[in-house]
Amino acid sequence: MTTLTQTSPPQTPRSGSAVGRALGHFIRARETGILLAVLLVIVVTTVKNPSFVFSSDGWRDLLLTPSILVLVAVGQAMVIITRSVDLSVGSVLGLTAYLTGRLFIDIPGIPMIVVFLAGIVFGGLLGLINGALVAFAKVPALVITLGTLYAYRGINVVWAGSNRINASDMPKDFLALGTGQFLSIPLLTIIALVVLIAAGWYMKNTRGGREFYAIGSDPAAAGLYGLRVVRRLLIAFVASGALAGLAGVLYAARYGTVNSQAGSGWELDAVGAAVIGGVAIFGGSGTVWGAAIGAVLLLTINRALPILGVPDFWQRAVVGALIIGAIVLDRVLSLRQSKRLLEAREDSK
Amino acid sequence: MLFHNLGKGKARAGAVAAIAVTVALIATGCASDGDSGSTDSAGGDSSNLSITFLPKNLGNPYFDTSDKGGEKAIESFGGTYQEVGPAEASPDAQVSYINTATTQGVGALVVSANDPTAICDALNEARDAGVKVVTFDSDTDADCRDIFINQADAEGIAKVQVDLIADQIGGSGEVAILSASANATNQNAWIEQMKTYAASEYPDITIVDTVYGDDDDQTSFDKTAALLQSHPDLKGIISPTTVGIAAAARYLQTSEYKGKVALTGLGTPNQMRDYVEDGTVTSFALWNPADLGYLAAFAAKALIEGTITGAEGDTFDAGDLGEYTVGADNTVLLGDPFVFDKDNIGDFDF
Repeated sequence: MTTLTQTSPPQTPRSGSAVGRALGHFIRARETGILLAVLLVIVVTTVKNPSFVFSSDGWRDLLLTPSILVLVAVGQAMVIITRSVDLSVGSVLGLTAYLTGRLFIDIPGIPMIVVFLAGIVFGGLLGLINGALVAFAKVPALVITLGTLYAYRGINVVWAGSNRINASDMPKDFLALGTGQFLSIPLLTIIALVVLIAAGWYMKNTRGGREFYAIGSDPAAAGLYGLRVVRRLLIAFVASGALAGLAGVLYAARYGTVNSQAGSGWELDAVGAAVIGGVAIFGGSGTVWGAAIGAVLLLTINRALPILGVPDFWQRAVVGALIIGAIVLDRVLSLRQSKRLLEAREDSK
Repeated sequence: MLFHNLGKGKARAGAVAAIAVTVALIATGCASDGDSGSTDSAGGDSSNLSITFLPKNLGNPYFDTSDKGGEKAIESFGGTYQEVGPAEASPDAQVSYINTATTQGVGALVVSANDPTAICDALNEARDAGVKVVTFDSDTDADCRDIFINQADAEGIAKVQVDLIADQIGGSGEVAILSASANATNQNAWIEQMKTYAASEYPDITIVDTVYGDDDDQTSFDKTAALLQSHPDLKGIISPTTVGIAAAARYLQTSEYKGKVALTGLGTPNQMRDYVEDGTVTSFALWNPADLGYLAAFAAKALIEGTITGAEGDTFDAGDLGEYTVGADNTVLLGDPFVFDKDNIGDFDF
């Protein structure tokens, strides 16, 4: 499979200007369709109920709700692009969220930045365990991370037991971070955007980033070519774990209560977001931008459906239909793409 | 990697080792810590005071408190206390724990049911083996247990919550309900009663919506946000579940609706302390879960010793709580719900 960012074939619009090329590229990008879907959902819901966007809570929640999932989905996309999958992210998130609360309780007056670093490092370590098992033992990631999903959750249940972190256990400043805004943009959204831009730049423009795609497209060829497959896999899993760790810290700040089940089911949201956003489940294709937009679409639809009057029970079915639709679309596009490439080769003979 | 081929030799050995490690992690991680219960005495013995508490799930502060009450009672009469339970409150998750307790031959099982019918067969097998079955907090069908300890009757719970919200919104306006899961036995019964009671006592109050937060912080939080947006004229929210009311309070605390939309329901003082002190929540209700567990343990003792059979009119002694009488449908009622507010919340710590 080829990467979509690289695919803009020679038939770019006649306007030779950089702006024109960028525009043409944007229109054909796989992510554009998803972005349009997000905008459509927002417009339709806002027409039905203007407070969806035009109230201070509505605007804040619109940006805030997807922010934490965006972080997890970006990490997930990096792993899926290397033809792996990380099912343990929900459990990693839960463990770091609980760790966050425990740090505030056990070490009164601990600086926030230390808690953030602790969450990221701890998440990264859990990711390293996944990566090492996958890369060195050569066991499919699906199996390894399914195992660590339960193992990490089990550790969480043993550790937390019946204890719960309550809002009153954490400092007010930290909780304010969960809902605070800067120029009407929530702080969590700013954090997610910074991470997204950094990851997007790394995946598109650096040698390391491109090697993720190469490994995902054809692992054997990547190995024969001399790419350091093991190292890239470790980096992908550590990134995914660290981002889930950061998400765990932010989860504690936003929701204010953490018990041993925090974050369960998030792994499916994260994989779903990546797939909806055009990251091919077989690796080698897609962007972290797509995964992020997929996360926004998933959670915005979740919030829009009750406002549109769709009953609770149908909402999950809609999400399921979205994921299947995205996969079918992906398949159709890749078939068309390979056909077009074949034709291009015939023509050039 | 998802679809990579396994290598030969060394890689395969590594794979086996990895699986072994994973399995070991799962086994140690997920094992419940209550496997030290007595396995010696046979079931049905009137001196076998080994009592196992099986809450809906572990990691729930409510059941932590109730089970501690049970432990205190069991220690006071010299029995053996054990607590086991699933990590998640799914309908059939309790079955394997019931079967284990049956095999261990415990004297009595004290269960809060995740589903009224899903665990019935397992409970009846336990009873056939001589284990007494006490349900508390959330009942099963009446023919699969010996006795049910009711924290408060549905009518009393429904009444106190509707009265609280009516008082806070001035007796008229739109009210919504944020419940636990859609198939939770007790929440559904209370919601029915609340609707009936509100319709007869407060004709100006309309219950416009019922949403389900699945007793999950994040889901309940997001459902609260959706409620407030989809019902701009909403004046109050009732959340008859401890997880739901805390999540809803957390959302209200930082939203533009703080002080404008009233919130009440069933909550625990520790979870709600912040929100009551800063005025997000005026008052909420609950019984004392520790008393509930305490009473359940004494009922189990009376059943094991044969002083009661669970029939209507039976009376038994419940230690510090005094004497209780079994009512209709083999049910024992703990008492009236208790209302917590700014003035008294400081007196409680659970």
